[in-house]
Amino acid sequence: MDGLICIIGQILIDKTKLTPARILVIFVTTGAILGGLGVYQYLVDFAGAGATVPLTGFGYNLAKGAIEATQQMGLVGSFVGGVKAAAGGIAAAVFFGYLAALISKPKMKKQ
Amino acid sequence: MERIGKQTIKFNNPPTILECASIVGPKEAQGPLAKYFDQTLEDEFWGEKTWEKAESKIIKETVNTVISKSGVPSEKIDYMFAGDLLNQCISSSFGLRELNIPFFGVFGACSTFVESLSLGAVFVESVAENVLCATSSHFCSAEKQFRFPLELGNQRPPTSQWTVTGSGAAILTKNGSGPYITNITPGKIVDMGIKDGNNMGAAMAPAFADTLIAHFKDTGRNPSYYDAIISGDLGYVGKEIVIDILKSKGYNIKSNYNDCGILIFDKASQDTHSGGSGCACCGTVFSGYFFKQLKEKKIKKMLLIATGALMNSTTSQQGESIPGIAHAISIEI
Amino acid sequence: MDPLETKKTYQDYVDKKSPNSPIIKNCFNAFWVGGLICTIGQIILNICKERGFDTSTSGTIVSILLIGISAFLTGLNLFNKIGKFAGAGSLIPITGFANSIVSPAMEYKSEGYVMGVGGKMFTVAGPVLVFGISTSILIGIIYLIFNTQSITLV
Repeated sequence: MDGLICIIGQILIDKTKLTPARILVIFVTTGAILGGLGVYQYLVDFAGAGATVPLTGFGYNLAKGAIEATQQMGLVGSFVGGVKAAAGGIAAAVFFGYLAALISKPKMKKQ
Repeated sequence: MERIGKQTIKFNNPPTILECASIVGPKEAQGPLAKYFDQTLEDEFWGEKTWEKAESKIIKETVNTVISKSGVPSEKIDYMFAGDLLNQCISSSFGLRELNIPFFGVFGACSTFVESLSLGAVFVESVAENVLCATSSHFCSAEKQFRFPLELGNQRPPTSQWTVTGSGAAILTKNGSGPYITNITPGKIVDMGIKDGNNMGAAMAPAFADTLIAHFKDTGRNPSYYDAIISGDLGYVGKEIVIDILKSKGYNIKSNYNDCGILIFDKASQDTHSGGSGCACCGTVFSGYFFKQLKEKKIKKMLLIATGALMNSTTSQQGESIPGIAHAISIEI
Repeated sequence: MDPLETKKTYQDYVDKKSPNSPIIKNCFNAFWVGGLICTIGQIILNICKERGFDTSTSGTIVSILLIGISAFLTGLNLFNKIGKFAGAGSLIPITGFANSIVSPAMEYKSEGYVMGVGGKMFTVAGPVLVFGISTSILIGIIYLIFNTQSITLV
C-alpha cells in the first residue's frame, strides 16, 4: 500500500517542479482531509502500517485526534486533539533531530 | 583602448595574463582535469569549522599561490577584483582581507571570473601595472544557501548541475609577452523566462548566445577565427541549446565550442548530471587547463565566455524567472 | 526555427531539449523502499500489539522508532544516499519528515546550538506542521458545526 503512495509521490517529484517540502505538505494535508472525511480509516483497516507510516497517515492521525477530542471536549478539543495525537512523533523528531545535530556533522555528498 | 561596434572594447596595448593558479576540492580532483590544478584538497572542510571558512581559505591560498608563482610581490599588485556566490561576496572579502591590496568586490554569479578579468584588463590598460583577479565557489556552501541541506534525502533532476568546489586566480600585467587579452565583450542581462532553478544551463544559454553574436558583429570575426570557444558553466543541456540557437542565427560553433562544466567532471562515473557550475567552474578550468594550453601554444586564439544566473533564493521562492548574463574575453598569443 | 522568438517558444523548446527523470526506475525504487519501510513499521506494530499495547499507542511507538532510525541514519550521513536512490520511497513515509527536520538542524550547527540548530530545525518541515495542525483544527471545528452521524466515522 505504502509503495503505491510513494509512487504517487515519485510522479509528483519527477513530473512537477514541486520541492520536497511542498510534497510533504500536500501529503499531510490530503491525509488530514481524507481522515476527516472518514475515508482514510478504510485504508488503515486494510493496510495497517502501510497506511499509517506514510505522511498521509500523520495527517490522518491529526484529524482523527481532533475529531475524537472534539467529541469529548467541544471546541477546545478541536485545538488540543490533533497535536495531542501526533505529539509522540513531533516530540521524537525534535528530540532526535537535536541529538543528531549534536553528535554529527553534515558531510559532502559523494554523488 | 577603444570601443568597437556596439559593446566590445579593443585593447591597443593588450594586457598579459602573467600567471594563473587553481585549487580544487576532492570531487574535482577525481575528474579528468585533476592533473592540471595546482592543489587538490582531501576534504571540503580543509581543516576549517565551516564551509564558508573553508571557501575563504581556498580563495586565500589560491591567491597566495598565484602571487608566489608569478614572482610579483604583493606590494606591486595595484588592485584586485574578486567575487563569489555567497551573500555579499563574503568568501572573497573574508579570504582576501589580510592582503592589503585595494579591492573591488565583483558579483556576476558564475560569470564573475571573466567579469573580474575584464575589469582588471581595463585597469591595466589605463592606470595599473599589475592587477589580481580571483573567484571561488564551494559545493556545500552553495547548496546550503541556494538549495537544501546536504543531508536531506532528495533527488537531483537530470538537468541539475554540480557546483565546483575551488578557486581560480590570475594576475594581469602591463608589459608582458602574452597570452594577451585582446578584446572584451561585456554582456547584457537576458531573461527568457526560465524559472527552473534546476535547469541553469537553459536559463543562461540565451545570454551566452546574445554576447557571442554581439562579439562576432562588433569584431567582424566569425566562429572559425578561434581555436576554442569556451563557455563557463552551461553544462550538457546548455551546450546543446546554444549550438541550436547559434545555428538558427547563422553561426556554426559545433566544431570548436566546449564548456568548462562539461570538461571538469566525468559525467558517467561522477554522476554530476548536466555538468559543473559555479564561479570556480570557469575559474579553475581556465586557470588550470586553458592557461597552460595557451602557454604551450596548443591553443592560439580562444574566446572565454563565462555565464551567470543572476538570482538568489528569495527570488526563486517568489517565483521569479532567472535572468542570465555572459561576459566574453578573447585571449590570443 | 529560432528558439528565442518568444519566451513561450523558448520554454517549449527547453522542455523538449531537457532530459527527463528516469520515472519508471524511480517509481520502482520508490515502490519497494517505501513498501519495505512500511513492512518494518508493520512488524514493530505487531510486536507492540503482542506486548499488550493498544492500537494508537502502538502506532505512536512505530512513529517514534522510525523517526529515531531515520534521525540516526541522517546523522551517519547515510539518509541522503537512501533518498537519492529511493526518492519518494523514503520521503513520503514518516522517515522523510524526520530527515527534513534533522538535516537542517545538522546543516546550521555552524550557526550555533540555539539559533542555528534550534532555530533552523523547521526550515523544511515547518510547513508540514503548520498545514497539518491547522487542517486538524479546521476539521475539528467543522465536525463541531456539522455534528451528524455521517461524519462520525472515527
